[in-house]
Parts: sequence; C-alpha cells; structure tokens
Amino acid sequence: MNNSAFNSTKIIEIIKQSNLAKLVLIDIVLFVAMSLLIPGLFLSSGNMSSMAVQFPGFGLLALAMMLPMITGGIDLSVIGLSNVSAILATLLLHNLVRPSEDISSIIIVEVLLAIALALVVGVAGGIINGFIIAYIGVSPILATLATGLIYTGLAVVITGGSAVTGLPEAFGWIGNGTLFFIPIPVIVFILAAISLSYILSQTAFGAKSYLFGANAIASRFAGIDNAVVTIKTYTVSGLYAAISGLIIAARANSAKADYGSSYLLLAILICVLGGVNPAGGAGRVAGVVLAVLALQFLSSGLNLLGVNNFATELVWGVVLIFTMVVNQSALTLRK
Amino acid sequence: MIKFFRRDDLLIAFLFCGFCLATGLVNPAFFSVGTVFDLVRTAIVPAIFALAVLVVLVSGGIDVSFTAIAVLAMYASVKIVLALGLGENIIFAFVIAALIGLCLGLINGFFIGTLRLPTLIVTLGTLSIYRAFLLTFVGASLVSNLPSGMRDFAKTNILKVELADGAIYTLPAAFLIVAGLALMIFFLLNKTVLGRSIFALGGSAIAAERVGINVAKMQYFIYGLVGAISGVAGIVHAAMTRVGNPFDLVGLELSVIAAVVLGGARINGGHGTVFGTLLGVALVSVMNNTLIMWGVPSTWQNVVIGLMILIGTGVPALRQRRKALA
Repeated sequence: MNNSAFNSTKIIEIIKQSNLAKLVLIDIVLFVAMSLLIPGLFLSSGNMSSMAVQFPGFGLLALAMMLPMITGGIDLSVIGLSNVSAILATLLLHNLVRPSEDISSIIIVEVLLAIALALVVGVAGGIINGFIIAYIGVSPILATLATGLIYTGLAVVITGGSAVTGLPEAFGWIGNGTLFFIPIPVIVFILAAISLSYILSQTAFGAKSYLFGANAIASRFAGIDNAVVTIKTYTVSGLYAAISGLIIAARANSAKADYGSSYLLLAILICVLGGVNPAGGAGRVAGVVLAVLALQFLSSGLNLLGVNNFATELVWGVVLIFTMVVNQSALTLRK
Repeated sequence: MIKFFRRDDLLIAFLFCGFCLATGLVNPAFFSVGTVFDLVRTAIVPAIFALAVLVVLVSGGIDVSFTAIAVLAMYASVKIVLALGLGENIIFAFVIAALIGLCLGLINGFFIGTLRLPTLIVTLGTLSIYRAFLLTFVGASLVSNLPSGMRDFAKTNILKVELADGAIYTLPAAFLIVAGLALMIFFLLNKTVLGRSIFALGGSAIAAERVGINVAKMQYFIYGLVGAISGVAGIVHAAMTRVGNPFDLVGLELSVIAAVVLGGARINGGHGTVFGTLLGVALVSVMNNTLIMWGVPSTWQNVVIGLMILIGTGVPALRQRRKALA
C-alpha cells in the first residue's frame, strides 16, 4: 500500500465501499499476521498443503448454505445430507470392491458409480426439503431442522453409528490426490464455486432467487413461480452438500454419521462474513470464497499457536456476531 | 380463531394419546405407574426449557443458546456456591444460576433488541461463545461432589408410591418447579399486558411498534427471562443427575424446540400455548423412551423425532394454506 503509484486515499475509499475489498484486506491481514506470529511454521509447505485439503470440505458446505440464505431461507440439513450421501456412497464401494480386484478400470467405474449415488442422494434430499418448504408451507428453519434430524438419523441407522471404512485407494485419491500439483479437493471447490457463481449471475434462476429473497410477494407478482425457485434452491444446496460429503469422506478415507457436526455454525458464519444477507436478497460467491480462506487462515493459525479447539470455537462465535454488528451498523448508517 | 387454536392443540393431543395407546397395545408393560413416574422424571428438564422457548417462539424469535446458558450458569454457580460455602441451601445455587443466566440472556437481548440482528444467527453465535467460554475459562472437569443443598434437593420427593410388589416410585420435588413455572408462564402470556404484547410482537413486529410497544425493551425482557429460566433448568439438571458436567445439555436445543413446535407454537410467532407445549414435551419424551418397547432400535430416535416435527408443523401449515385459498 505504500507504493507511491497507488493513491492511498482512493484505496481506503474503495475498501470502505466494497465488501469484497474489505474481505481481501481481511484475508491479507490474517495471512500476514499469522505468518509473522508463527514464523516458519505457517508458511511451511506442510501447513500450506494441510490448509489446502481442509478448506474445501467446509467451504463446499458454505456454498451449499449460501443459496438458501440468498432466498431468505436457511438449510440446517446440509450436514446430515452430506453425511448420509457420503455413507451410502462409501457403503456401495465397500460392498462392490473385492480385495482381489486389481483391474483398475473396474474400480474406477465403481468409484464413479459411488459418486453418482452420493450426488443422486443429495439431489433427492434437496428436492424433499424444497417440496416441504414450497408446497407444504413449513418454514425453512423447521423443515430443514426436521429433515436434518431425519438424514442424520438415517445415517446412524444405516451404519449403527460406526464409521464405514475399507475403501479403495482410488476413492481416497479424491481427497488426498493432486492434479498438476493442485490438491483434488481444491480443484473441486474451485469448479463448484465457479458453477455456483455462474448460476447466480448468469442464469434466470439466479436472478429469480435474488428477487425472491429480497421480496417474495414482489417476485410472485412479477410472475415468478416462487415454489419452483424454492425447490431448485434446495436441490442445488443438497447437491453441494453431497459433494462436500464426498470430499470429507475421501479425505478421511471413511464416512461416519457425526462427521462435520461443528461445520453448521461455520457454514453460516462463512456466509454471513462473506456478505450474504440472512434476510435474503444479497450475497456473492466471491465473498463467500474469500470468507472461507479467512476462516482457514484463522483456524490454522490458532491451531499452530496452540489454542485449543474450544477457544477456536469461541473465536468463531465472536467473529460471527462481530460481523453481523458491523454489517448492521453499516446498513443503519447508510439509511 | 379460538377454534383454530384448539384444533392445533387437539392434533397433538390425538397424536399423544394414539402413541400411548399403540405403545400399550404393543407392550402392556407401558401402562404402569412406573412408566408414568419415569416419564415425568425424564421430562422435567426439557419441560423447563420448553416453557422458556415457548415465550421466544411466541415473540417471533428463536433461541438456540439456552442449553449453553444453562450449562454455563449451572457450572459457574456450583463453583461459586462451593467456593463461598453456601452449599447448605439450594436457594443460593438457584439464585446465582438464574442471575448468571439472566445476564447471558440480556447479552442476547442486546444484540437482538438494540442492534436488531436476526435471532437465529445471534443465538447460534452465543451458543458456541457461551459453551466455549465455559470449557476454556471456567472449567472442563466434572464436579461430582455437588453442594449438599443440591444433593438434598434431588432426594426430596413430593409423592411416594409403594406398589404391592415392593417397587417404590417417587415424584421429585423438581416437578413443583415445572408446575410453578407453567402457571407463571401461563399467567404471563394470557393475563398480563406484557404477555399480550409478546403475542403482538410475534404477530407483527412493525404493527407492535406502531401501537406503542417498545420492541427493544420487550426483547431484553424475553431473552433475559429465557436466560434466567435456563439457569434454573441447569441447576435442576445437575441436581437430578447428581453431577456438574460441563459437557451436558448442549445438543438438546433442537429437540426442545421440536417439542415446543409440536405443541402448536409457530416459528413465525404469535401462536403457542402452555398446555400445548407441555403436551409436546410429553410426546417427545414418550417417544424417546418407548421406541425400545416398540422393538425399534434407539438409533431410529432422530428419524422419528424429525418425522414428528414434519407432521406437527406440516399439517397446520397445509390447513392454513387451504384456508387461505378458500
């Protein structure tokens, strides 16, 4: 910033105006602060690669949470749906793959089948959520609270509460492999973020969901079928939840009904931090992605500093409320 | 309108009676004095929580932080009572826990009332803050030698039934707290201006403000009350389980909210009765404890509760929708 070619007051003005610029600044400050606080360790290749495989899991859950929040709803079932789809996929693999099988092409087909199953389960779960909200008229909080309990419950019933293990290496590659030196989870996350960004900014459905979230009555009178928008919203959310479940399961090389149970707060926190308005109508994918990075820098840094998990959760809670307060006061000042 | 309330209550009453009857038919052992006493005992703490949650839901908000408030208030007050040597009388533990709960609730009230932040997100945040604060700064180890006042409270019974076969069933004194609280909340919601304003706020916050209700003040009152009641619930829970466990209670919030919603309270506010809420708690409690009698493994618990919430909220929602169309 001390580069004389830049007009510093202009930059400050941009940062004040733009939520994205604020987030970029937060990311840079966090990254630099953590690098200085933990010299050597934070910038080590070990920490970089562990950060790179950690954030896609909860980042995808945040993307899954984002679309429902833009429409003014919320999806409390993402964790349950992500686990149940991962469990069904891994069970299929567990039962299909024989240890004696070493023909890799067959294993690859089986892994693809498992992935397809997870995605189908995610989409189905999302359609159920959307149907209950749109056609039965249950509020999103309650509907997804209930289905979240059901999906998690089914995951417990199917596995009896224990983890599904004994998965082929090809599946673990999704979580731990690299392509051109980039970890696969990162590639999946980037593709998912780009597609969601495309859906939101380039398609009619995206425009409709912003309008529906800003004012449901106005959108109905504008001739938008709110029920269809709602069902599509929760379907996309379910699909993203399933992708996140696959990534988390592939990284751990196992699936369990209570994986990622602390990610619900985190997913909502990321959306709010990323500029998604919980009342609906606003939010950009770029903001959510930047918020995902900020949270990863923060949690890795705190972890390296030896802060325990409970204290980290305390920090998350404080960040969530602090962000809400700042956003709210910015709104009231503008008024 | 009044008829409509009754019909919502009736649905849950039907569900409850049907479930009990069916359980009894599957397993006649269900119809026994012992079952009733056991169910009442397990439902005491959820019932206290549910009455607090009812007030929030009626006001159109939601609070998921009450379990964290309860466990923090319980653990801190047990430590304070032990340190100050006030363990003889349980009143001290109750008062201190209620005060701590009140303060934590008022913090929620500040964010919701003064800063006008969305209730779900604020209380999700404070849920993790309160719990993490407890485990990081107050303590994370069990307190197994509770103050004598709390131990005595757990042993005090208001009713003792001895059956012919020698089995003894007791109704713990904590039941009186539920009964007293239920009457208090009923009186508050139905017989006071304050209570009617809570309904008005839940019906429409804007309309409530226009008729001169100080919405911010109301929010402080509502979330402070929830906090104080949660503190009391924490002490009751610790006394009844005979241990101060800082890892307890959190995780219970969704099933309590489910019970209140099953009891006819609407998440959008403006609806809800004490009677319905207690029925909702009874139903969830019966379901949790009788699935085994049905031969259903306890792993199905979450699925059944989830389905019950869908039925309990879906049927009134559909009814309302049909009414709106007609």
